[in-house]
Amino acid sequence: MTMPFYVAPEQLMKDRADFARKGIARGRTLAALSIKDGILICAENQSNTLRKVSEIYDRIAFAGVGRYNEFDQLRIAGVRHADLKGYTYSREDVDARSLANQYAQVLGQTFTHEMKPMEVEILVAEVATESGGDQMFHVLYDGTVNDESGYTVLGGEADSIAETLGQSYDGEWEAGDAVRAAAAALAGQDRTFEADDLEVAILIRETGRRAFQRIEGDELAGMLG
Amino acid sequence: MTLPLFEAGGDPGPDFSALLRSSGLVPPVPGVPAADLLISHATTVVAIRCRQGVVMAGDRRATAGHLISHRTIEKVFPADRYSGVAIAGAAGPAMEMVRLFQLQLEHYEKVEGKSLSLDGKANQLGMMVRNNLPAAMQGFAVVPLFAGYDTSRGAGRLFQYDVTGGRYEERDYAAGGSGSLHAGTVIKLGYRSDADADEMIELAVSALFRTAEEDAATGGPDLVRGIYPVVAVIGAEGFERVADADVESRFRDLLASLESQGGESQ
Repeated sequence: MTMPFYVAPEQLMKDRADFARKGIARGRTLAALSIKDGILICAENQSNTLRKVSEIYDRIAFAGVGRYNEFDQLRIAGVRHADLKGYTYSREDVDARSLANQYAQVLGQTFTHEMKPMEVEILVAEVATESGGDQMFHVLYDGTVNDESGYTVLGGEADSIAETLGQSYDGEWEAGDAVRAAAAALAGQDRTFEADDLEVAILIRETGRRAFQRIEGDELAGMLG
Repeated sequence: MTLPLFEAGGDPGPDFSALLRSSGLVPPVPGVPAADLLISHATTVVAIRCRQGVVMAGDRRATAGHLISHRTIEKVFPADRYSGVAIAGAAGPAMEMVRLFQLQLEHYEKVEGKSLSLDGKANQLGMMVRNNLPAAMQGFAVVPLFAGYDTSRGAGRLFQYDVTGGRYEERDYAAGGSGSLHAGTVIKLGYRSDADADEMIELAVSALFRTAEEDAATGGPDLVRGIYPVVAVIGAEGFERVADADVESRFRDLLASLESQGGESQ
């Protein structure tokens, strides 16, 4: 009988975390801001069809960075979870916190038990009727959940972009202000973004049942100025 | 409730009914006929095409045998932004079918990132009616009307179903439920292919009023309690329910004109 080589658990976890982080850092970054109009999510994304930001439920949105197939699988699972829960109980019983915890469980489980951790970071955001009540949960590749307030950045150079964004961020912004600030922060100093380079969506605070709306095309170009 | 994750082979895709089946949430089919049970039945609904799209309307009465079981039941619902569904038949299964249908359309849209075509929606509903056939054989029949604004054609379209799930697209108007014969006749006489939504709302209101006079299972306007049929217009702007106050004033005008004719008009 052959014995496997001993690898210290610390080393094993560190290797997995490094692997996941590297994968995530290769992808593009995404920012979410809680503002007067609602929660605005702005992602650098050249594709018009492979989405990073999507609707989960009436007032809940999902955003992911990293490997597309992995976060898209999580997105669909989230839609299924929310729709099943709303069908079984009631629409108001579907909330972002329980969904974020479910994601954390799956990501944590995969991180420790599977061959390969998921190379994704995801955001579950729920808009409230009053500003200040918004919830944003940032779930990492290992299942760590962060409850963010104000704004948050996911992906490769998250820290430096968050710092740039933090210097100007104002919770009383309207959608246009937030789009311009997020686009500038994501672009950094050497680049500027056109409407085609961005994927923008907003969870509108005051609306009917479904709060999720995409901001695209001319509307987005107008906001970017 | 855990996160529903599937292996590639068993993935239900954008189909919410399949997801329900895989989650074990599908209700059992009744094994015995409903003959002795007094179950509520929802009755007359109509859909009429107009220049802007489609007008849908339904009365508010549900009956269980000779008993009026509900005075304020609603039978016309938005299915999604650009379509509506109206139901006639066993009230319980019908409400459930509408709820599932609405969810199914929204679920598809969220999973796939785009809405189903109007034909796709109509077929989807047909499939749900067909799946209800075993229950229909036991007396729990559900017969919906489906109407919507086809954004690709820029016109309103409407569909009628039978208990087997047969889907029939109608050109001008459709009526369903116990009073469909009377409602259909009134609409047939008043229909004009170039009429606008306002005139067709008027026609739908008068059709339901006339039907309520002839069919015991159809409720007329209840001026005392302020209960009026549900009327909705589906056009380029999407599904919009006509305000109760508007429906009320149309009924009051109708009654006033009948009164001025000395109540002779039968």
